[in-house]
Amino acid sequence: MESIALIIVLAPLAGAILAGLFSVSRKVAHRITITGVGLSFILSLVVFKQVVLDGLLPFADGTAKEVTLYTWLSSGNSIFEIGFLIDSLTAIMMVTVTFVSWMVHIYTIGYMADDEHNWSGPGGAGKNSYQRFFSYISLFTFSMLMLVMANNFLQLFFGWEAVGLVSYLLIGFWFQRETAVYANLKAFLVNRVGDFGFLLGIAAVLMYFNSLNYADVFANANNLAGISIQVFPGVEWSLMTVICILLFIGAMGKSAQFPLHVWLPDSMEGPTPISALIHAATMVTAGIFMVARMSPLYELSTTALSFVLVIGAITALFMGFLGLVQNDIKRVVAYSTLSQLGYMTVALGASAYNAAIFHLMTHAFFKALLFLGAGSVIIAMHHEQDMRKMGGLKKYLPITYWTALIGSLALIGFPGFSGFFSKDAIIEAVHFAYEADRPGAMFAYYSVVIGVFITALYSFRMFFLTFHGQERMDEHTRSHLHEPPKVVTLPLILLAIPSVLVGVIALQALLYGNFFGDAIYIAKEHQVFTDYHGILGFVLHGLMQPPVYLAAAGVFTAYMLYMKWTDIPARIQHRFSMLHRILMDKYGFDRFNDWFFAGGARQTGNLFSSIGDKTIIDGFFVNGSAHLVNRISGILRQLQTGLLYQYAFAMIIGLLLLLGWFVHF
Amino acid sequence: MNFTVTDLSLMLPEIFVLSMACIILIVDAYLPERLRDLTYQLSQGTLVGAAILTLGIQPESSTLLMSDLFISDAMSVVLKSFVYLIVFAVLLYSRAYLHNHKLFCGEYFVLVLMATLGMMVMISAHHLLTLYLGLELLSLSLYALVAIQRDSSQASEAAMKYFVLGALASGILLYGMSILYGLTGTLELSEIAKAIATGQIEPQLLSFALVFIIAGLAFKLGAVPFHMWLPDVYQGAPTAITLFIGSAPKLAAFAMVMRILSEALPDLHHDWQNMLIILAVLSIALGNIVAIAQTNIKRMLAYSTISHMGFLMLGLLVAKPDGYSAAMFYTIVYALMSMGGFAMLLLLSRAGFDAENLDDLKGLNTRSPWYAFIMMVIMLSMAGIPPFLGFWAKWAVLSQVVAHGFIWLAVLAVIFSVIGAFYYLRIVRLMYFEEPSDTAPLQVNTDMHLAVSVNGLAILALGILPQPLLQVCIQSIS
Repeated sequence: MESIALIIVLAPLAGAILAGLFSVSRKVAHRITITGVGLSFILSLVVFKQVVLDGLLPFADGTAKEVTLYTWLSSGNSIFEIGFLIDSLTAIMMVTVTFVSWMVHIYTIGYMADDEHNWSGPGGAGKNSYQRFFSYISLFTFSMLMLVMANNFLQLFFGWEAVGLVSYLLIGFWFQRETAVYANLKAFLVNRVGDFGFLLGIAAVLMYFNSLNYADVFANANNLAGISIQVFPGVEWSLMTVICILLFIGAMGKSAQFPLHVWLPDSMEGPTPISALIHAATMVTAGIFMVARMSPLYELSTTALSFVLVIGAITALFMGFLGLVQNDIKRVVAYSTLSQLGYMTVALGASAYNAAIFHLMTHAFFKALLFLGAGSVIIAMHHEQDMRKMGGLKKYLPITYWTALIGSLALIGFPGFSGFFSKDAIIEAVHFAYEADRPGAMFAYYSVVIGVFITALYSFRMFFLTFHGQERMDEHTRSHLHEPPKVVTLPLILLAIPSVLVGVIALQALLYGNFFGDAIYIAKEHQVFTDYHGILGFVLHGLMQPPVYLAAAGVFTAYMLYMKWTDIPARIQHRFSMLHRILMDKYGFDRFNDWFFAGGARQTGNLFSSIGDKTIIDGFFVNGSAHLVNRISGILRQLQTGLLYQYAFAMIIGLLLLLGWFVHF
Repeated sequence: MNFTVTDLSLMLPEIFVLSMACIILIVDAYLPERLRDLTYQLSQGTLVGAAILTLGIQPESSTLLMSDLFISDAMSVVLKSFVYLIVFAVLLYSRAYLHNHKLFCGEYFVLVLMATLGMMVMISAHHLLTLYLGLELLSLSLYALVAIQRDSSQASEAAMKYFVLGALASGILLYGMSILYGLTGTLELSEIAKAIATGQIEPQLLSFALVFIIAGLAFKLGAVPFHMWLPDVYQGAPTAITLFIGSAPKLAAFAMVMRILSEALPDLHHDWQNMLIILAVLSIALGNIVAIAQTNIKRMLAYSTISHMGFLMLGLLVAKPDGYSAAMFYTIVYALMSMGGFAMLLLLSRAGFDAENLDDLKGLNTRSPWYAFIMMVIMLSMAGIPPFLGFWAKWAVLSQVVAHGFIWLAVLAVIFSVIGAFYYLRIVRLMYFEEPSDTAPLQVNTDMHLAVSVNGLAILALGILPQPLLQVCIQSIS
């Protein structure tokens, strides 16, 4: 089993290296990488079967769930290792990641087929972009697998940073575009802020637990639960709260939670397959996964959980609003992703880690589907992304249309679709927390409930604007409209299937069953999903709750506004121009960050540069000492006069000085 | 005095070199000009023979010969072997240069062999008289060598300065020795040590003698403030002679210092330790700083020598066998590097042209990437940058200095080394980042090419594997 786990991780890495570092042809590049990731997926299924379905422990002949492969460094009592931990949580992540990644790999063949057109200028800047792209996404798969399969914090951090790096490389994939470079820098910097917290959290773990291994840390968590530390003199904080919040700050960066969400919409500058794979389905869920993995720690701090809850609720509701005013098809999906990540975070905050992972999984499928569908539309529209120039695409792109419909229904939580189950579970959990009077739960509850309406509204606004109504594109584009090739539509169909079904299949096991075993720990008083009345019971219960009707109302509103009374949106916009401006301005976060953080940092940097570096360090120490030495050198060389008697004189003086110094009479 | 066969057998290398020098003198006198190369070959053969003899007849343990005038021990074998090696390389490097400058004559070879003999005697001396005789034999040969280019006023001036100051220094040294003789009643090194160990000699008087001896030794090493001759002689002498002066005699000087300080005056180490500290600090500081202002490479290398001698003294002043080994290692390494550096100058020189200014190295990389690389290796090694040999030499010395509690000295030495790195790196910059001002093609013989390459690569290879050489030094001292 060790070797299977190793192959799962290393196959994508090998693919990335072969496709990226050796100048292979395009065909070879995509064949190698698709084979590698496909192999990972199939072996992940094997692992899934053994670990989840057969209930076997994966390592050391079925006696351990984790294995240490390599000791990287041991320093004092601290041992830094590379190892795997495979339990049901890992297994489900592995399957999800490799499956979506595999689909995206296949899809990419079609999407990047004529990428040369996206590069300008001579010198063949885009000559190997196809191979490079495949190399990157395979490298991403490797990194993400390292992240989810880690058995210790250090490796988690490695995977964490590696996916961040690939994300950076891919957002700026078209590095000739200024906006892409801006966006990838922004993503990188915002993630650094999160990582700062994350790293501090890991450091705190190492400091107090004296180990980075999950098992050691979780085993000791209860003993350290009561400890409080003084971060600032005179202020006592619970150790667990500090660690959990610090780690969560990392998650806020990676999973784009308010106020570190600003990078995700801009990341849409990258090619669409990336948006689907990294910025919707997998990487951004790393934060969710991490918190779920750390559930034994989070359960010890209700303060941290409330923090998580509130942050998630803010993200879920307010990022949804922004989706309403966007005209770029990818950005609508991007804001929808933000909002859905908020939902997952809310679930974490309500201690419903299983619901969060459930939603993570269903979301991975339907959001990848929606993104790839959007990508399919973009290919058909010759890289036009503005929805105002689309409309009536249904008859040109039937496969895309139907799959996008499935994706949208899954997203808004249409009864029976996967999103329905996972989202209802989250709302249920928040409701439970609300009734248990957990701080912030009321706000979270209303946020997620209103969020359902908003989700339905922006999803179907996009759907109607794109596929129905007037055909607003120009004549030239219209004449070339046709369904993209099979490599594009096949992944859509393959993703549509789980988008519908995975909810029904997994509901019982994930929420009510003992699926996660001890992979996720939920304190007894926090357990929501205790009595199960069958799928039908869950659906009936859901149908009696407000969210379903709110979703229906959202769809209806979208239908009225964008199909019937199409002049109303403009009037609303005019009437509430202030509100519209705020939304278009994304609440001013970007402007504030640009002014305060970026501008402030530049100014401080300039100050340090001119005073600290140029004047003091360069001027005084570096050049100053050099000038000084040079001057001394110039003076001392004068001693060498070339006159023999002066040389002899120097010798005699030296001799006399030595005599005077050492001989005492 | 009793002579035994052992005495003579262990002295065979000296006897052999002396006889050969005389033979070459005579042979050369009757040699027609076209066969002059024979002199060169005979000289090289002499060195090879001496090496075979020295390595072949090693004593089991250190043995005193000729009524304790002479000693043959592990240190003498190692140092002599390196002297042969270095002089062999010096002759090889100098050959083309001497031809081009019409200096290829018998006197040169005889003088070099005589100087070599002087060094051998110094290395093996166990008596102040032998030591002094060896020193004078070396010095007189060197004076004559510096002046060998009779029509060059610069060389004559350098020779004159060297001679006068050398005589002054010899006088000082001799004065110190005679006081020591007066106090102890003996000239034999181990007897002197014994006499001092009794503690019946007035310490002030001993210090008095010591100061004179240290001053004399400092002159030979070229330590500040007894260094004045060095830049002028290095610059004034023909480059081939500078090459010789700058390499092998340093080994002999090291041996002389070792013999006197560690064998004859070990009980005075508190005094000479402090004197060496002063001399070392001054040498390292002044050498490195003034080298920066030089535009003439030979002069620059002279100041670099001064600073290297400071480092050598750092090893000595520890006054422990570990420190002596480190100093010995440093000396050998320095001789190898210095030899390589001057060899590059010889290589760039041709008839009617002496490469001796910094500008002459400009753009060497475009003229010959290989030689630029070799020169870079030598310069980086001199600057003490790992993984080159020079780094290990500095490391060996500094680790001893630190181990014996002179941390401030080590810090000071490192600071000045950093300052010194500038002028070595400047050469690298000139070679790689400047356009050549001299574009004449390099004419290099195969043997020269091979020797320089081996020289440079040895600095690199020994830098990667310094342990064997270091081990040799450690074993030869203990």
